Amino acid sequence: MNPGELQAPDIEWAALSPSLIVFGAAIIGVLIEAFAPRRSRYPAEVFVGIAGLAGAFAAVVALAAGGHATTEAQVAGMGSLAVDGPALFLQGLIVLVGLVSVFLFAERRLEPALHGQAVDSFAAQPAAVPGGKAEAAAERAGHTTTEIFPLLLFAIGGMLLFPMANDLLVLFIALEVLSLPLYLLCALARRKRLLSQEAALKYFLLGAFASAFLLFGIAMLYGYAGTVSYAGIADVVSGEPAAVDAGLASTMGNDALLLIGGAMVTMGLLFKVGAVPFHMWTPDVYQGAPTPVTGFMAAATKVAAFGALLRLLYVVLPGLRWDWEPVLWGVAIASMVAGAVVAITQTDVKRLLAYSSIAHAGFILSGVVAVSEDGVSSVLFYLSAYSFVTLGAFAVVTLVRDGDGEATHLSKWAGLGRRSPLLAAVFALFLLAFAGIPLTSGFAGKFAVFRAAADAGAMGLVIVGVLASAIAAFFYVRVIVLMFFSEPKADGPSVVIPSPLTMSVVGLAAAVTVVLGIAPQFFLDLASDAGVFVR
Amino acid sequence: MSPENYLYLAALLFTLGACGVLLRRNAIVVFMSIELMLNAANLALVAFSRMHGNLDGQIMAFFVMVVAAAEVVVGLAIIVMVYRARHSASVDDASLMKL
Repeated sequence: MNPGELQAPDIEWAALSPSLIVFGAAIIGVLIEAFAPRRSRYPAEVFVGIAGLAGAFAAVVALAAGGHATTEAQVAGMGSLAVDGPALFLQGLIVLVGLVSVFLFAERRLEPALHGQAVDSFAAQPAAVPGGKAEAAAERAGHTTTEIFPLLLFAIGGMLLFPMANDLLVLFIALEVLSLPLYLLCALARRKRLLSQEAALKYFLLGAFASAFLLFGIAMLYGYAGTVSYAGIADVVSGEPAAVDAGLASTMGNDALLLIGGAMVTMGLLFKVGAVPFHMWTPDVYQGAPTPVTGFMAAATKVAAFGALLRLLYVVLPGLRWDWEPVLWGVAIASMVAGAVVAITQTDVKRLLAYSSIAHAGFILSGVVAVSEDGVSSVLFYLSAYSFVTLGAFAVVTLVRDGDGEATHLSKWAGLGRRSPLLAAVFALFLLAFAGIPLTSGFAGKFAVFRAAADAGAMGLVIVGVLASAIAAFFYVRVIVLMFFSEPKADGPSVVIPSPLTMSVVGLAAAVTVVLGIAPQFFLDLASDAGVFVR
Repeated sequence: MSPENYLYLAALLFTLGACGVLLRRNAIVVFMSIELMLNAANLALVAFSRMHGNLDGQIMAFFVMVVAAAEVVVGLAIIVMVYRARHSASVDDASLMKL
């Protein structure tokens, strides 16, 4: 080959089709924003979003049916992407969560009609100053921010790449592709816009800070191994590099580079997961962001980030297991205990759910620490149970409203069970699933991760986990008691009857919660078939 | 000059940036400090690339520049929006959600 001649890369387009379809749909969404008349953007965007995600889900199912999750697992895209069991399982889950989120984003019956036009929960014109003239003019003109759909699709595309990233470059790019649209989405609430903007500012600054740490860690790992590919780094970590040149010989003995790099990359991923001590952003962002965005973010980001974390720890750094295991033990215990204890004092439903998500990050981490095939599949199962419960819970939060929009203060939820028994019962179901009560998906998930941890000899972690679950159950049950056994207030919130969009989200989430709780075996088998990483 | 010195410089710049994020109060300055951290990582990548004699690190640095540019677009949009609503870009003023 001449030195100037470039070789065309060899890309397995079919194996990468899920993320390509989603990115394609996102780009079509941007084109719609640019060229379609304002009136037709909303239906077109919703159609493109649903069609794209449904297509991506079909592609995931086709790949899994073709054996790509098990026997045909492969490394694609010149070694930079892995198409294997965990990747396909998590991609399917993210696409489903994303599809359901499109429904939540598209809901237009919750807000009272403005100037005769139905509006969604996103600002008419986000650039306008809250309460100013420009905002009023935008509302009068009937503007709506349909850009949320392409932003959502780009975030989903990044999340699809995240768990299949098989080198550090793709890991970083996928992280940014999923984060940047989320920062913007957080800022777009229609009501309580100052809170929403503040949430976006905090999320952005802390998220960018964390990704700078991740990037510096990547630089250290590259310096240690002389390559960014996961397989190459893993070979150097285990002391068997393919070829040693002078540069590699001088760095591969330097454990400081490896340890600092591994720690910083792990830290960046733990930030996305929302584990203690990298959780500071979670409550504020969850509270301030528009509730449909919070639901999507809480469910899908966690799924994607745990996928990337699992692959990093199991494929790149298994040789460092004795170094990272105690650290993750500590992180898991701190997350479970801090999340459960601090949640007790919360008075806002969205903040309460945020702290509960921190505790759940700890529970999932105890499956990660198991370092076994069971560990991987239990994490996969827990994520699928948790993401639908979360999405359902936040969907219910969008429905309880008073004059100022969503009534998120807990005191306003008193007696909700008397006014709208059905809604309160569904919310109680989600809370029981969070608490891990038998016959809900939360129990099956917790049982799976704790069993994996116990099999791996992490009994201490299991004991702390069970105690933290007991503490957490206290405040979940407290909310249920508040809803069903206290008198409704005269000026309490009312429950809005939504369009079939939100109803289907709540119904699907409740159905998944019950089915995964009563008959988890099929899904446990699916997760355990998908529990092996390709190398 | 040996490439190791560039690594020390990169570590120093990264630390300065991290201190800036933690100590400064203006959102724009915090954001500039984050950019400094990203560029410190770039310097480390390029120095390592030279040590190993392959181009992975330099290619990575190009990608980081593109990502940093995208981050500026999103970040400045958010900071300007917050400034217009509050007439302040101080991160201490953004405390509506404190308990």
